[in-house]
Amino acid sequence: MATIRLAINQKSYAVDVDPQTALLTVLREYLDLTGSKYGCGEGQCGACTVLIDGKAQRSCVTRVGSVGQKQVTTIEGLAHGAQLHAVQQAFLDAGALQCGYCTSGMIMSAVALLKQNPSPSESQIVDFMDGNICRCGTYPRIVNAIQKAAKAGSGSAPAKGAGR
Amino acid sequence: MSGKPHAELPLEPERYELRAAAPYRFDLGRRDFFKFLGAGLVVVSVLKPALAAQESGGGRQRRGDSLPNDIGAWLHIGENGKITVYTGKVEIGQDIRTSLSQAVSEELHVSMDNIEMVMGDTRLTPFDMGTFGSRTTPTMNLQLRKVASAARDILVGLAASQWKTNPRQLIAVDGKVKDTAGNRSIEYASLLNGQQLTQALSAEDPLIPAADWKVAGRSVQKIDGVDFVTGRHRYPSDQKLPDMLYGKVVRPSAFEATLLSVDTQKAEQMGVTVVHDGNFIGVAAPTSQLAIAAAKAVHAEWKAEPQTSNRELFDYLRKNTVEGQDVTGDGDRYEAGSVDAAMKSADHRLQQTYTVQYIAHVPLEPRAAVAKWDDDQLTVWTGTQRPFGVRGQLAEAFHIPEDQVRVLMPDMGSGYGGKHTGETAIEAARLARSAKRPVKVVWTREEEFTWAYFRPAGVIDVMSGARSDGTITAWEFHNYNSGSAGIRTYYEIPNQRIIFHAVKSPLRQGSYRALAATANHFARESHMDELAQAVKQDPLEFRLKNLKDERLRAVFEAAARQFGWGRSKSAGQGFGMGGGYEKLGNVATFAEVHVDRTSGEVKVLRVVSAFECGAIVNPDGVRNQVEGSNVQGLGGALFEAIQFENGKILNGRLSQYRVPRFSDLPAIETVLVDRKDIPSVGAGECPMIGLAPAIANAIFDATGTRLRALPLAPDGLKSR
Repeated sequence: MATIRLAINQKSYAVDVDPQTALLTVLREYLDLTGSKYGCGEGQCGACTVLIDGKAQRSCVTRVGSVGQKQVTTIEGLAHGAQLHAVQQAFLDAGALQCGYCTSGMIMSAVALLKQNPSPSESQIVDFMDGNICRCGTYPRIVNAIQKAAKAGSGSAPAKGAGR
Repeated sequence: MSGKPHAELPLEPERYELRAAAPYRFDLGRRDFFKFLGAGLVVVSVLKPALAAQESGGGRQRRGDSLPNDIGAWLHIGENGKITVYTGKVEIGQDIRTSLSQAVSEELHVSMDNIEMVMGDTRLTPFDMGTFGSRTTPTMNLQLRKVASAARDILVGLAASQWKTNPRQLIAVDGKVKDTAGNRSIEYASLLNGQQLTQALSAEDPLIPAADWKVAGRSVQKIDGVDFVTGRHRYPSDQKLPDMLYGKVVRPSAFEATLLSVDTQKAEQMGVTVVHDGNFIGVAAPTSQLAIAAAKAVHAEWKAEPQTSNRELFDYLRKNTVEGQDVTGDGDRYEAGSVDAAMKSADHRLQQTYTVQYIAHVPLEPRAAVAKWDDDQLTVWTGTQRPFGVRGQLAEAFHIPEDQVRVLMPDMGSGYGGKHTGETAIEAARLARSAKRPVKVVWTREEEFTWAYFRPAGVIDVMSGARSDGTITAWEFHNYNSGSAGIRTYYEIPNQRIIFHAVKSPLRQGSYRALAATANHFARESHMDELAQAVKQDPLEFRLKNLKDERLRAVFEAAARQFGWGRSKSAGQGFGMGGGYEKLGNVATFAEVHVDRTSGEVKVLRVVSAFECGAIVNPDGVRNQVEGSNVQGLGGALFEAIQFENGKILNGRLSQYRVPRFSDLPAIETVLVDRKDIPSVGAGECPMIGLAPAIANAIFDATGTRLRALPLAPDGLKSR
C-alpha cells in the first residue's frame, strides 16, 4: 500500500492503493469515475482508453504507480459543463453508438488521434482506431463521426450548442 | 405462402438457456400498484389471449386482487404532465428506448422529452418473457401505440365533458387538448387534476397509419445519447452501493467438474468472506484486488471426465443425436411431396455438407450484478435480456418466492442473445447473503468466454435435385444441433424433407443473434449457388426463377441494382449473394471480395444489403442495425471459432479470439425498403443472415474454391 497522488481531469487525488493496481481499477472503484470501461483486461479492446499527457493509453494495463504527476483525462473530463467536446457531439450527430459501452474509449482514442493529426485520412483513422473494439459494429459511423469532428476543427474546443 | 410457415414468432427450440429454470411469477396487487403510481391517468394494455400465453411464458391463472397476466404494458400521465411508460423490455443497444418513445410521442401528441421509459424492473413493469427474437417492434411498439392512442382519446373525452362540448371538435396537439371551434386549449395535466383514472384497453383502437406518421418514421438520435458520450450512464457493471463488497468465484478446472476437496483457510485469514456451498466457492472483499487474491488463495481439487474437442466436433454431433428424448422440439420436421422420387428423376443432383463452429457473443460489457439483501428481500441490478427470467432463477436458487426478489436492468453493454441467464446475479446474491453486505460480481473476459453459453455448432446436410431448365424439384435438409430457426426454404420446391436433429451438445449452448438462421441460410444460400452452377445459370436469375414471394424478390432485386450485379470483374475479385426471410423481415446481401492469390488473404471490400421490415419506425436506427449485423456477421463468417478440448476453452481471451475490427471493415451500403402498408417488425437479427453465404459465394466466384465451413477463412486461403 502506498499513497498515490494523481492528477485527473485537472483535479488532484490521493489514493491509498498498491502501486501495481491497474489505473482502470483505481478510476472505477476508488474514484467512482466509471465512464472508463473494463472489456478485456489485456489492452485488446480499448474500452478503458484514457489520455495520459494527451496520449491514448489503455488504463487496464497501466499501473497506477507509473502514472506519477502526468495529466490524466477520462471521458468525464472532456466536456466543459453542458458543452460537449466536438468529438462527443460528432458521435451523437453521426449516431455512432448502439449499446455505447465502447463509446468512452472510442471518443478518447479519437480525441488523441485528432490532437496529433487534425485532419486524418480514412485509412489513418482505421489504423489509429484499430485497437478499439465495437461489438455492435458501428465502425463505419465512428469513422464518419471522427471525420465530422475533424471538419468541425475539434482540437480541444467544445462544440457549439452541445447537449440536449 | 409455403416458404413462410409462421405468421407469429414462435419460440425456437434452440433457445436452450431458457429452459434452464422453471419460471414462476407473483405480481404486485392491483391496489398496491396504483398506490405507487399516485394520481393521474393509467392506461393498461391487455394482450390477446394467444399473445399473453406466449409473452408471459405460461398463461397462468391469476386470483384475487392481482393484475391479470395478460397485461403487456402501461402508461401513466401524472398530475405534473409527466408521461411514464412501463415495459418489461430492456435496452441493450438496439435503441428501443428511443423507438418506443417515438411510438408514444406519435400517438399521444407529446414531445419525446416529456416521456420517461421505465424498462425491465420486475417490481415496476409488467411481466415480459425477455428482449429477444426481434419481438419488441412487432409486439411492444404496437401495444404502446395503442395505450398512447387510448390515453389521448380519454384526455379528449375529459376536455369535452369539462367544456360540455362535442369531442369531435377537439384535437390533441403538443400535450394539450384544443377546441377547433373555440379559441381554447387545456394541458393534459390540468385535465387530471387530482383524479385517479384507469382504463384497461382491449379494443382495437384505430391507430395513425404509417403513411401519416410525424414522429415515428423519422430518424431520431438515441434519446439519452448525451449520457453515453459523456460516460455518465451507469451500466450494470458501474452500479455501486454503500458498503459494497467485490465478489470473485473460484472456477472449476473444467466443464462438468465435481469438487473433491477445498481448503479455504488461507483465504479466510485474509479478512474476506469465503463461501463454500455445494459446488460453489466464492469470496467477497472490500476491494476487487483483495477478492482476486483471496480467490487465488483457495485451494480446490476438482475431478473432470475426459471430454470431446473441436477437432472431432462434427463427427461427434452426428453421432450424438437425442431424437425422441429431447423436449426441445426435436424433430422439428417438415415434409412435402415425395423427395425420394423427385431426387431420382432429377436431371441434376447435388449433395453437400456444411458446418458451423461454436462462437461466442463477446458482449463488450461482461456479465455483471450487484446484489443486496434486506432481511429476506433480495434486490439485484444486473445486465440481462430477461430480468423476469433472472428473477425466477434467483427465487429458485434461494428457495424464496418471486415476490421477494426484485431485478433491475440498467441499460447494458449489449447482449446479442448471450445474456438470457442470471449467473452473476446468483453469484452476487449468494455472496451477499453470507457477507450480509451488498456484493458486486463482474465477470472477467475469460470468465465470459468460458462460463457463458455459445452459439451452437452444427452440421448441415443438403441434398437437392433440379431440372435442366433450373427448376428445383427436390430438397432435403438435415441440421444437426445448430437449430431450426430459418430451416425452412422460401424457394418454391414441391418435394421437401427438412429435419432438425437435436444433439447432446459438448458445450453449453444457447441463443445468439438470429439463432440458427445464420447457419441455415449459409447452407441453403451456398447450396443455391452450387445448384445454379450445376444448371449453368446466373445465381440471381436462378434464385428468382425459384422464388415467388414478392417481398423477398423485392430485396434481392433492390440489392442487385445497388450492387451492380452482372458487372465484369478483375483478377482476384469475386461477387456473391445470400438472402432470406427471418423474424418477419426480408434481407438480401451482396458481397464483393478480393482474394490475393499469393498471400491467400481474403478481404471483403463491399457489402450491399437491402432490408425490409414493414413500416420503418426509426430509419437511422434500422440502418445502424443493418450495418452492425453485417459488421458483427463478418466475424462468424470469416474467422470466429471457439477452440476447446477436454472441458476447457483454449482461446478465451480477446488476444486469442479474433472479432471484427476497424481494419476488417468493408464499404457497407444499406438499402431500406420501407413498406408503410405492412406492420413494423424488428431489425436486430434478420439483416445478419445474408452475409456469410454472400461471402462464401463471392470467394467461389473469385477463386473457384467452394468453402462449406464457417468460419470460412480464419487464416486466409493459404493452404489452398
